[in-house]
Amino acid sequence: MKTVEEIKAAIEAAVPGAGVTVVLNPSPSAQHSLRLEPAHALAVAAFLRDDPELAFDYLSNVTGVDWLDKEIAEKVKVTRQVTKTVDGPEGTKLEQVVDEIVEETRKHVEPGSLEAVYHLYSVALRHGPLVLRMRTVNRTDKVELPSLTPVWRAAELQEREVFDLYGIVFTGHPDLRRILMWDEFKDYPMRKDYVEPDDYEYEPTAHDAVLKRAQEHRSREQGSRD
Amino acid sequence: MSVAETRTERSAGWNRPPAVEPEGEGELLEVAMGPHHPSTHGVFRMDVSLDGERVVRLKPVFGYLHRNHEKIAEGVAYLASMPYTDRLDYFCSLTNNWAYALAVEKLAGQEVPARAEYIRVILAELTRIQNHASTIGFLLQEMGASGTPLMYAFREREKILDLFESLTGSRMMCNYMRFGGCRVDLSSAWIEATKKVVAGLPAFVDEFEALLTGNEILMARCQGVGVLKPDLAVNAGISGPMLRASGVNYDLRKVDHYGIYDRFQFRVPLGDHGDIYDRYMVRVLEMRESIGILNQALQDIPLGPIMDAKAKLRGFRPKPGEAYGRIEAPKGELGFYLISDGGPNPYRYRVRPPSLINLTVLEDMCLGHNVADVVLIFGSVDIVLGEVDR
Amino acid sequence: MLGEGIVKGMLETAKNFAGSFVSEDRLTTVEYPEQRIPTAENARVFPFLIYDGPDWHAGLRCVACQICEKECPPKCIYIEKSKDKKPDFVGKPQIYPARFDIDISVCMSCQICVEVCPFEAIKMDTEFELATGDRFGGLLLDCRELAKSNEYYHSIHPTEAAEVDARLAEEKKAAEAKAKAAAAAAAQKAAADAAAKAAAPKPGAPAAGGS
Ligand code: SF4
Ligand code: SF4
Repeated sequence: MKTVEEIKAAIEAAVPGAGVTVVLNPSPSAQHSLRLEPAHALAVAAFLRDDPELAFDYLSNVTGVDWLDKEIAEKVKVTRQVTKTVDGPEGTKLEQVVDEIVEETRKHVEPGSLEAVYHLYSVALRHGPLVLRMRTVNRTDKVELPSLTPVWRAAELQEREVFDLYGIVFTGHPDLRRILMWDEFKDYPMRKDYVEPDDYEYEPTAHDAVLKRAQEHRSREQGSRD
Repeated sequence: MSVAETRTERSAGWNRPPAVEPEGEGELLEVAMGPHHPSTHGVFRMDVSLDGERVVRLKPVFGYLHRNHEKIAEGVAYLASMPYTDRLDYFCSLTNNWAYALAVEKLAGQEVPARAEYIRVILAELTRIQNHASTIGFLLQEMGASGTPLMYAFREREKILDLFESLTGSRMMCNYMRFGGCRVDLSSAWIEATKKVVAGLPAFVDEFEALLTGNEILMARCQGVGVLKPDLAVNAGISGPMLRASGVNYDLRKVDHYGIYDRFQFRVPLGDHGDIYDRYMVRVLEMRESIGILNQALQDIPLGPIMDAKAKLRGFRPKPGEAYGRIEAPKGELGFYLISDGGPNPYRYRVRPPSLINLTVLEDMCLGHNVADVVLIFGSVDIVLGEVDR
Repeated sequence: MLGEGIVKGMLETAKNFAGSFVSEDRLTTVEYPEQRIPTAENARVFPFLIYDGPDWHAGLRCVACQICEKECPPKCIYIEKSKDKKPDFVGKPQIYPARFDIDISVCMSCQICVEVCPFEAIKMDTEFELATGDRFGGLLLDCRELAKSNEYYHSIHPTEAAEVDARLAEEKKAAEAKAKAAAAAAAQKAAADAAAKAAAPKPGAPAAGGS
């Protein structure tokens, strides 16, 4: 199989302005991936499937990943001008402006996103996997990604599942409904910040997380009784 | 739903199956098959619209057995998910163990000693035989052959489960494989007992075939029913015996060379029509090939350690990264996708369930057939709801 | 000929039917409560705690290290450590579980607690007839109900128990040897100290040699 860099070059030759980036995987599996621009994803997918040298005709796995907002604290050195009093000649005091280097912690929030991951193989040429990834703009309102179901039918049920559990809206999917949860269900259970409903059931061996849930349940129950 | 409504729904779709035109106009008969239908192998529902006896629309409804296995696994350590994988496809817990162990080994770069690889092959092939035998038994049950073929299959399965129990301690929830090897070693007595069971298997498959293969009723019900074309099968991500029954030569044991399958001689049976009968035949022939692999593996199993010396049970934290590992499970391609952030729990844990994805084309195969055939087509896909709904 | 396959199949069924009267191999079922199939040696159902000697409380091997509580996937073990200590099998004073509960309505018989326990204190039982009408009390096993003797362990898993005993004996021997060596070393050190004291110059006496 071609390396990811070669595949990237082939994609860029075929789909101008595709904007593909290589995401390296540091683990021993060395399954590197390509991040696609959502706007060109369909064209790239069709190229990957139909190009005779790549022929990724088999979409094995589709899944979502939730990347939370990350607060990143960085230590930065900044030079500031400080006024200092220094001893001048003959006991006078002088005001002087000096540069001082201070360390400051700056915090900024790296916005999180929802990611869809596709694992492609080729049945015709028996190679693979090629990993494709796409990211949504954020986790709240801009969660659309193009559906790859028109290219690979295998994505039909799996994209429905990603929609159901992560809340990525696949535009162009012919039948985007909840699949595992019931239709009236509101939240997206696989997200990292999902709060479980209080479906507490008595457990005699409660400790750690289960105990916390039990205590929360009891305090809530008491609150409602008062 | 009315006939007109099915037409609009269809024209909005893209590569939907060829339209089955209802005769006449007006209301169609709506039947909810399941979730408590005896043929659904668990709790699964098919909303079927009927024009007389013919199916013109079929929508599968999933999720009755959903327990968010993936969320549970993301909250516990890597090892603690191993017993939970047993509960995915509870007919084949050993292949589930293997797929998960393979993905973690890829993620952490662990080696598996040769003896452990042989043990894995032996157990996986025994699993495949008992799974295929019972699948055929259930298929015949749904065809109306109440009991006889199923009981024959279960009699053989019982012997294999006894072997599993005496090795792993449990008949179905084996929880046997570990990252970098296996949990307990085989005794020579176990190998002898297995050899005896394997020696009896060809006679069982012969008996099964004498009972079924030439049977005129089976042929009349199965041939030309539920046809799946190879290009659609590949495009829809179908895997396992169903893909090969459509004539696509894609067996991960040959393609991915995982484990030590390169050391064994075996053939990949293929069908040419892609109908129920071919799926039945592919499974019978796969059982025969598995017996061949078992004979070779039991013959040359080497001595040695069964665990990677570097593997550790507690405090296992793979370096950040991700890996996708897949094996040829009896039902199809079973994959595990893991992302590690360096912590003790996986950041992302995903199961690629062959049972669910093989149901993508259920509607395509059923359209235009009678209701009674839906039950058969569904049975020939071979699913387990524990894996479909996870 | 049409119907040939059906006739062939019928013959196969007839053979099996007749065969079940003569061949043990074809008769695979037993009448359960009266007749029983012996359980496999490796079979596992629910965990139990091992004790040595006659007194279950004194002989309990568990030292309440809580590793199994932490590793159990469905979190069905609950342990409270004791405040005082009692001697363990090598004679070292150890804490013991003041409370050790397993909720077997939650336990999934996975054996991970057995694998992670460093003290060979918890093993799998083969007893499976545990049905009860009491959902909470009846399926919650406490320390007393869980404690079973080492002899019982030998009777259900003879091979495994023999291996465990050998390993423990070795550990004990190593511990004893170490203790002995330590005692010997201590004695030697005491003797040497005494000798050194005796040989040391009397206080007040001038130091010989100088610095
Ligand atoms: S059973 Fe074993 S692991 Fe569990 S607390 Fe006791 S000594 Fe520790
Ligand atoms: S067998 Fe498994 S579930 Fe049961 S107590 Fe032990 S670790 Fe927990």
